[in-house]
Amino acid sequence: MTAVASASHADAVPLLTVEGLRCVFDVSKPWLNRVLEGASKQSLQAVDDVSFFIPKGETFALVGESGSGKSTIAKMIVGLLRPTNGEIRFDGTDITKVGNAAEMRRLRRRFQMIFQDPYASLNPRMRVDTIIAEPLRAFGILSEDGAIATRVAELLRLVRLDPADGVKFPHEFSGGQRQRIAIARALAGNPEFLVCDEPTSALDVSVQAQILNLMKDLQAEFGLTYLLISHNLAVVRHMATRVGVLYLGRLVEVAPSRQLFTAPRHPYTRMLLDAVPDLAMSGRQRLPVQGEIPNPITPPSGCFYHPRCPLANERCTQERPALVPAAEGYVACHAVAEGRAA
Amino acid sequence: MTETSEALLEVRDLVVEFPTRRGILRAVDQISFSLMPGEVLGLVGESGAGKSLTGTALIGLLEPPGRIASGTVRLKGQQINGLPPEELRKIRGRRIGMVFQDPLTSLNPLYRVGEQLIETIRTHLPLSEAEARQRAVDLLMEVGIPAAERRLDSYPHEFSGGMRQRVVIALALAAEPELVIADEPTTALDVSVQAQIIAVLKRLCREKNTAVILITHDMGVIAETADRVAVMYAGRIVEIGPVRDVIKSPRHPYTKGLMGSIPDPEAEAERLIQIPGSMPRLTHIPKGCAFNPRCGFANDQCRTERPPVRAVGKGSVACFLDEAQLTALSLEARR
Amino acid sequence: MRDTPTALPRVSLQQKLFRLWDSDIAYSFRQSPVTMAAGFVVLLILIGAVFAPLLATQNPFDPSGLNLMDGKTAPMAVNEFTQNSYLLGTDDQGRDILSTILYGSRASLLVGFAAVGLAMLIGVTLGLIAGYRGGIVDSIIMRIADIQLTFPSILVAMLIFGVFRGVLPVQSHATLAVPVLILAIGFSDWPQYARTVRGVTMVERNKEYVQAARVIGLAPLTIMIRHVLPNVLGPVLVIGTLGLALAIIAEATLSYLGVGVPPTQPSLGTLIRVGQEYIASGEWWILFFPSLTLLALALSVNLLGDWLRDALNPKLR
Repeated sequence: MTAVASASHADAVPLLTVEGLRCVFDVSKPWLNRVLEGASKQSLQAVDDVSFFIPKGETFALVGESGSGKSTIAKMIVGLLRPTNGEIRFDGTDITKVGNAAEMRRLRRRFQMIFQDPYASLNPRMRVDTIIAEPLRAFGILSEDGAIATRVAELLRLVRLDPADGVKFPHEFSGGQRQRIAIARALAGNPEFLVCDEPTSALDVSVQAQILNLMKDLQAEFGLTYLLISHNLAVVRHMATRVGVLYLGRLVEVAPSRQLFTAPRHPYTRMLLDAVPDLAMSGRQRLPVQGEIPNPITPPSGCFYHPRCPLANERCTQERPALVPAAEGYVACHAVAEGRAA
Repeated sequence: MTETSEALLEVRDLVVEFPTRRGILRAVDQISFSLMPGEVLGLVGESGAGKSLTGTALIGLLEPPGRIASGTVRLKGQQINGLPPEELRKIRGRRIGMVFQDPLTSLNPLYRVGEQLIETIRTHLPLSEAEARQRAVDLLMEVGIPAAERRLDSYPHEFSGGMRQRVVIALALAAEPELVIADEPTTALDVSVQAQIIAVLKRLCREKNTAVILITHDMGVIAETADRVAVMYAGRIVEIGPVRDVIKSPRHPYTKGLMGSIPDPEAEAERLIQIPGSMPRLTHIPKGCAFNPRCGFANDQCRTERPPVRAVGKGSVACFLDEAQLTALSLEARR
Repeated sequence: MRDTPTALPRVSLQQKLFRLWDSDIAYSFRQSPVTMAAGFVVLLILIGAVFAPLLATQNPFDPSGLNLMDGKTAPMAVNEFTQNSYLLGTDDQGRDILSTILYGSRASLLVGFAAVGLAMLIGVTLGLIAGYRGGIVDSIIMRIADIQLTFPSILVAMLIFGVFRGVLPVQSHATLAVPVLILAIGFSDWPQYARTVRGVTMVERNKEYVQAARVIGLAPLTIMIRHVLPNVLGPVLVIGTLGLALAIIAEATLSYLGVGVPPTQPSLGTLIRVGQEYIASGEWWILFFPSLTLLALALSVNLLGDWLRDALNPKLR
């Protein structure tokens, strides 16, 4: 699947390249239980051979339902989880293999993360200015108090908050304001790349609009590159340049946003799009959704989607489909490859 | 707001309050609406709007110190708020079914699904054990649970999230209630599962002519399911009307902002319409129209007086703007 | 606070005091008469203990200040030889019981606070490490805690006390009695702190603010101290308060059993042990008043701990 990563159809140089990323969790029962119950070790393939790249200044979105591994990928990229194997190249350096702490720190400064729950991502015992100043001190960007205060005020203004708010504690803010504080913290070290893990899923829609607009403004102003993790297809459509669709830890389709939403190839992508409530009330014809996501510990054989797929045949139950080019994107589906998909 | 006598549920000036040490907080502030048999009413709003509290107040499940301070709730003409707990318990389950966001709060993890279904059926309907069992199987089949007969003997944790919510729907419908109150029934579920649950709920309520109050923050779910929709803001209903009107041509400035802020999966837009600020906390509800600090049309009247709910088109709106202005607003709205 | 931005106005002391007075915790304190009464009792004993040299009519440790003729005077009675009268009476040596209680509370509270402090220090440190690190480190620390918890802590304290006495030279026993007692009780009480802190740490560790700190690249030690520690202190404070009552009782028990502080430097426990010898001969006050003080102190501290637990529990608010 390295073909996807090294494909040169994009003009821009990829800022981030992920190749053959895999993450296996040990979900076995404790040793004693295994011995007593005669159970064997169990593992869960949270991420299974995923490859993609993100050109500078673009927004790449990973969509999927629960168990798709999208958050696991985000955590591996920012170093919160160790990949079982695979490469994560940031601006040419494989960050999974950086052994030198100083070099890792230099790299870390260039990519940051925005978390899902602004109620949990800010330390409740710290004042907002301390929270935002933390990366400045940790990365050794600034050390003098006055300079830090100036920079913190500047960051607060950047996310449309009042610099005087710095002395308050997180609980004094609404969810949307907290997410702004989290964004200010992420921007403190002038990063080039932000991993946004469901940045608006804990927020109300009217506040979500504020945050999405802010993210777009900041991207335009600083030329930021985003990896957006989301289950909300409308948000993805609004934000992303390109989209990768995950199902049970595997990429099933990668395509430019417009193509994915107007001409989805993979049956799962189609089903997902059909499942989105029809807010326009257009009464468009939709396929009824079938089945549920299988248990990721005991996934189906062959193509993971075959038990729910209307196009599945014998081959789909046996053989894992490879991600192959389709129009401007890639799709992993035997039916599409064989021309069986209408 | 129709005031016909054949209304199934009639809510008048309902007020829910929480006494706290810093004064009494009004979480639901004089809301009125009615519901016809078989009708699906969406109650939509952002967090803090009071929509869930409205639902719990209707069925008498408010957690103390919360209380209904004034107003009436009538089920087929009979006032049900203020009834003794014993009477209310008979109404819940028998005449009003409930579906909550987290299926685990409705299902007892220690009992088999079948036991819970059969118990509910036999509490409310004069059926024998065997008849109740058969009915439980039928119900599970109706909500789309495969191998229903066998699944009766499973425990709640043995079901997936979507299947569990189906069981809860079966439980809510077990005694053939006239009304189901569904509070964020699909919020905890994946999109593909949500679509199935919505379909099941819609189909069954149509078949059985059960009315539904669907409480959700998700306009998409409302668009798919509801006949009419009431939009709540800071404990008040700001707009109520047929779902198509409210979604396609919202009149109230808040509804309009809310609709504009939802990204459209069908189209690309550079920027979303955003409403400045956020929902006020209960301790700081603005004077006059609660929405006035965030509203682009607010004038002095909006800042001092509370706008009355009045009929506009096929629905009602609580706004001081005159009909022509509201209509102009609705035409401006994209959808 | 080294992170104070210089440009912004600071909150005045008055404002701070008002915020404290207006806070939910202060409010719940004011709402509970029992808690306020308990707070009053603890405060009274605390002041009495701290200012004992100023408040006591005599120093019961100083034999030169004692008059044997004053011995066994009943409370408020007039001594037939010296015409002296004592509010709570005297013991056989002519010590004023009130004064011995003031000095005795001193020893009890010193041992209690110091032992709890030591137990907290060990328990919180080990609990943080176990909860944050997990894996084998966690297993080892928690198994040690489990094993220690299978013995009654008073037994562990006696064991530690015995070992120290065996190791230390006999002449230093009297002077080192209090420090050894602190070590004994402190070492026997750490597992419950470790357990609680470990549990809370495991919850906090998975919260996104800790992940955010990791993404910034902070070292585990910094994360534990700066981020996790302040968020686990609530429950530690609660068991610390309840533990204070237990430590005071443990000290009294050890001293009662004769393995604690010597009679020349009495604690409440020692006073009770000495006092019981006179119960049969009718000098009830020598036993009664120290016992009453111990009871009031332990009960009040416990009540405060219970209140604190409820006040800090968001679910009960």
